[in-house]
Amino acid sequence: MLKLIGRRLLYLLPVLLAVSVLTFLVAALLPGDMAEVLLGDQATPETLAALRHDMGLDQPLLVRYFIWLSHVLQGDFGRSFRTGQTVLSAVAERLPISLELMLGAQLIGLSIGIPVAIICAVRQGSWFDRTMTGGAFGMLSVPSFLSAILLIWLFAVQFQILPATGYTPFSEDPWGNLRGFVLPALTLALGEWPVITRVLRSDMIATLQEDFIAMARAKGLKQSRILLVHALKPSSLTLVTVTGINIGRLIGGAVIVETIFAMPGIGRLLVTAIYSRDLMMLQGVVLLVASGFVMLNFIVDLLYATLDPRIRHGRG
Amino acid sequence: MAAVRRRTGLLFWCALGWITLVLVLAIIAGVLPIPSPTDMDIFARRKGPSLAHLLGTDSLGRDVLARLIYGARISLSVGLLAPVIGLSIGGALGLLAGYFRGRFETFVTGGVDVVLAFPPLILAMAVTAYLGQSIVNLTLVLGFLGIPAFTRVARAATLTFSAREFVTAARALGAGHARIILKELLPNVALPLGAFFLLGVAVTIVVEGALSFLGLGVPPPAPSWGVMIGEGRESLEMAPALAFLPAVVMFLTVLSFNLVGDTLRALTDPRQGAL
Repeated sequence: MLKLIGRRLLYLLPVLLAVSVLTFLVAALLPGDMAEVLLGDQATPETLAALRHDMGLDQPLLVRYFIWLSHVLQGDFGRSFRTGQTVLSAVAERLPISLELMLGAQLIGLSIGIPVAIICAVRQGSWFDRTMTGGAFGMLSVPSFLSAILLIWLFAVQFQILPATGYTPFSEDPWGNLRGFVLPALTLALGEWPVITRVLRSDMIATLQEDFIAMARAKGLKQSRILLVHALKPSSLTLVTVTGINIGRLIGGAVIVETIFAMPGIGRLLVTAIYSRDLMMLQGVVLLVASGFVMLNFIVDLLYATLDPRIRHGRG
Repeated sequence: MAAVRRRTGLLFWCALGWITLVLVLAIIAGVLPIPSPTDMDIFARRKGPSLAHLLGTDSLGRDVLARLIYGARISLSVGLLAPVIGLSIGGALGLLAGYFRGRFETFVTGGVDVVLAFPPLILAMAVTAYLGQSIVNLTLVLGFLGIPAFTRVARAATLTFSAREFVTAARALGAGHARIILKELLPNVALPLGAFFLLGVAVTIVVEGALSFLGLGVPPPAPSWGVMIGEGRESLEMAPALAFLPAVVMFLTVLSFNLVGDTLRALTDPRQGAL
């Protein structure tokens, strides 16, 4: 296991480094640098050149990258030129909101996806199975902003039982906070459960044909015990991998959902930074999100190995 | 089982029919007897269907049907062109990486992992925001983002086909690398890549829609479906149809591409019962 962690770490570092290079390049090579944004329309070539010199923007690209990287490694991700807030504190302030949103979405998604998948696998070919696999396939074609609009129309406009936008801090009003999260989390979950169901269903069908399931049946174990104890764990391998890939989708979805529902999370921070051309903030947040995503996938990889002894002991 | 197969067959043809319909309407939009998609009529805002406006008008008095059809033009051209970029570059990279292996393969798969490390929507947003919003930029960015996925599919397919007898046979007959890649591998890899291309079209239409919906994609006067849904959202209480019409059209189009792509993928996938 330790050897595996070491090997994966050895792969993680170059990927992280490349991620930082790409983040830097995207921000540095695109037209319109910080000096232009700061000075606006009144900029003359002279003042631009002077400011560029002050900010070190006239240095060679490689030098600028290493200066930036050394700052980043010391925990200095820069600050917003509009609000003066550092990237780290802005992210720290908004991360809990995005995490609550994604966690809620994942929970709803799993609590729909897992039971549906199990029933489908047990009753393969039944009307329930056919409806649900068809429904899951259809749901995969519904972009999150479409389900968001449908949910807002249904629950906020027609029935008026849930708020369409707005976020209340948990410390102020726990109930209002949870109510505000229902529609955004449900929106994301509607895109999550079909993936969970599809993956788990096909793995579960394969597992149910294994000898040890027949053995468990022969011993006279209860159906629920066979399904939940014997079949679920070996069937969840692909699900774990897919969850890792899914986090990327979830982050993208969170950007849209946070914007639609006006939730002040990381996604909203990014969109605001883009609208206001807040380059430093954008660069810092993108780097943090991308590295966080890489690290999460690293953890998912390890989790995968602990679930599947073949990978732990084999070639991996 | 026969009944199930017949039903999926019908769905497949419905999906193909819908794609053809949208595609044809988008192509001949200029000669159709419909009003201009950008002409505003302030006195006929949010009107229901009438003879002059078959599907009514939007919040600025523009013809909804015309905007839907011209929107198809934009959504489909971005949706079809961007995956072409991914298909050609990613397909070539994957094919070469899977055939030659070695250091080149390590380099390619490493690069793929790096690009995949970025949540695609965020990268697309950041880049379009700085390159400037235009349909061309949007297509280029979405095309670039598609490269890693196509590379993976092409490489995986090439790896399995390279080990097959017909490749060994071709090599034994004295075929060079170029001949093996172009004549033996490419025709075989093209099938899974083609199926994946259609799924890529569906994903691209969704991402283009999401970006335009947020006001970061196609610049507003142009009628993209995402723009229409974003505008319709403002009057969800008064006229929900303004958001729902483009939403339904978009959903049907994405679903159709997914259905056709998935059917083709299942046909080329030798695994039985692969979902």
